[in-house]
Amino acid sequence: MPETLLEVEDLHTVFATKDGNVKAVDGVSFHLDAGETLGIVGESGCGKSVTALSVMRLQRPGKIVSGKVMFKGRDLTKISEGEMRDVRGQEIAMIFQDPMTSLNPVFRTGWQVGEPLRLHRGVDSVRALAGAVTMLGRVGIPSPAERAKNYPHQFSGGMRQRAMIAMGLTTTPQVLIADEPTTALDVTIQAQILDVLRSVNREFGTATILITHNLGVVAGMCERTMVMYAGKVVESGPTADVFAHPKHPYTWSLLRSIPRLDAERHEPLKPIEGLPPNLIELPKGCAFHPRCPFKIERCSRDTPVLNRIGETQMAACWVTQAGTELKERA
Amino acid sequence: MPDTARAQLTRAWTATEPLLAVHDLKMWFPITSGIMQRTVAHVHAVDGVDLEIMKGETLGLVGESGCGKSTLGRTVMRLYDPTAGTIRFKGEDITNLRGEALRSKRREMAMIFQDPYASLDPRQTVGDIVGEPIDIHGLAKGKERQDRIYDLLNVVGMNPQFADRYPHEFSGGQRQRIGIARALAVEPTFIVCDEPISALDVSIQAQIINLLERLQSKFDLTYLFIAHDLSVVKHISNRIAVMYLGKIMETAPGQQLYRRPRHPYTGSLLSAIPIPDPLIERARERVILQGDVASPVNPPSGCRFRTRCPRARPHCAEEEPPLESFGSQHLAACFYPLD
Repeated sequence: MPETLLEVEDLHTVFATKDGNVKAVDGVSFHLDAGETLGIVGESGCGKSVTALSVMRLQRPGKIVSGKVMFKGRDLTKISEGEMRDVRGQEIAMIFQDPMTSLNPVFRTGWQVGEPLRLHRGVDSVRALAGAVTMLGRVGIPSPAERAKNYPHQFSGGMRQRAMIAMGLTTTPQVLIADEPTTALDVTIQAQILDVLRSVNREFGTATILITHNLGVVAGMCERTMVMYAGKVVESGPTADVFAHPKHPYTWSLLRSIPRLDAERHEPLKPIEGLPPNLIELPKGCAFHPRCPFKIERCSRDTPVLNRIGETQMAACWVTQAGTELKERA
Repeated sequence: MPDTARAQLTRAWTATEPLLAVHDLKMWFPITSGIMQRTVAHVHAVDGVDLEIMKGETLGLVGESGCGKSTLGRTVMRLYDPTAGTIRFKGEDITNLRGEALRSKRREMAMIFQDPYASLDPRQTVGDIVGEPIDIHGLAKGKERQDRIYDLLNVVGMNPQFADRYPHEFSGGQRQRIGIARALAVEPTFIVCDEPISALDVSIQAQIINLLERLQSKFDLTYLFIAHDLSVVKHISNRIAVMYLGKIMETAPGQQLYRRPRHPYTGSLLSAIPIPDPLIERARERVILQGDVASPVNPPSGCRFRTRCPRARPHCAEEEPPLESFGSQHLAACFYPLD
């Protein structure tokens, strides 16, 4: 049994808006084992980013109203801001979607990449810079000693994302949270960054949470996958099982709606009808039921909870929990 | 394009004339400097492109950001004045058309934009947005105009009663439908779709792709479909053109391009695209390209891809490879093509 590093239990994060409360994260539970890669997939607004931000306690202006984030015996929602800063600096690192705005334009890249070492390890500037240069080299930046002297605007998008990864890794954290790390990048650059993340996971054993809307990225990167819809986890399990026989109609429909590069024949796509839900006025019962091709009467009445289905998977669905298989209707 | 390849293309396509034929098209943008705004250099956004699109066909145009694919789309629409080259639409040279002549040509062409938020005027009602092209071209008035707007909204799967509402009341997918209705208002034969689904949620993308396909067969439309997502482009297109730094690197029917890419850039682009299947995805061999795209201000000599190409040899820097034929409808510009 691998050691569980991070355990999130029934997390609720709420944003107060003038139209009402938005339950961005609505009872999310999951765990992350040492050294594994967990994918969190879902569309915009499903709560995947807010889940990650809540783990880091960066969810403001949102508010964590209940739930636990257990990391090495401590509940991160309870510790002081000072302690949390140390966790962010050395134990859980996070990289963001937009590498253009994540670096400070007025400091040299090497100085910024070495910052966690100076702030959290008390290393002097000379040695911090040396550490930064080493790490920039490890993430594949050519002539790192030279490039460390550059300002962020002298870096391309892919290089900035590498620099962000390097910054996160200088203090060898146990967990790396990557929030849509390749969404702003071109596919050939995406392939480079995913390769860096793979090698980081292999060489440093860093457990990774990869948040993305791209099912292809998850398929190639993650051992386990968790699918979110309207603030809730609707399905989770080993990636191979979730893709081969999804247990939630949302996952099932999503997989069939995307065009595949390796498709042999041209067949019309099978879209998910309707629109993503309004988070202020969620439908009663299961949030996906208005768009669900399998819905039964109960779905519009009771909210399903995440339950084990089969050997390895979990899903929050009345239909599959009742033993029905998700199959094409004739 | 060398004469041999050109001759071969025309031979294969003599059944009908191409609807759109672009020859050696260049679109350079000046870079100015100083208080005199002196031109110091040019961005070679489109730098010598040859393309032909047949009636009823969908040509997919793929490439990474900054490769010039959107500029190419806008230039063939004559939203820019091309720096050099020719654009022929239904056999007529429209490269230098101006004023009324250009406007009447534009009745036959329309464009769908990437951002459904920025491309609709927030102060116009949906009906007025869709009706504007009808007014500009004087196609209908009064009740007839109204009926036409309702029809258009119906056709794109929107409730005609939404005509009195404003864009902010709609989601991204619905706005894109409004944008499509506007494009159809002039009853065009040719539509440039510039990343029409990239800004939409994954679950909405398929709805819009299917709508575009349905409209194509219903109205016999010809599409230039511009996107960076090769899976989507392969799904919707008959042929695909791969662009890199202002040049077409390879053109081929989708399945052929996927099975047997000849240009090393196409090969690495294909291998970089993740396939949503863990078993296939983990078994794939990847060609991970080194470095970034070179600058379009000073494109590399010879082949533009040589700075990142795993197969580049000294010759690639000296001479620019022409597009050569690799079988029916398959062209690639490479001295050392993939097998």
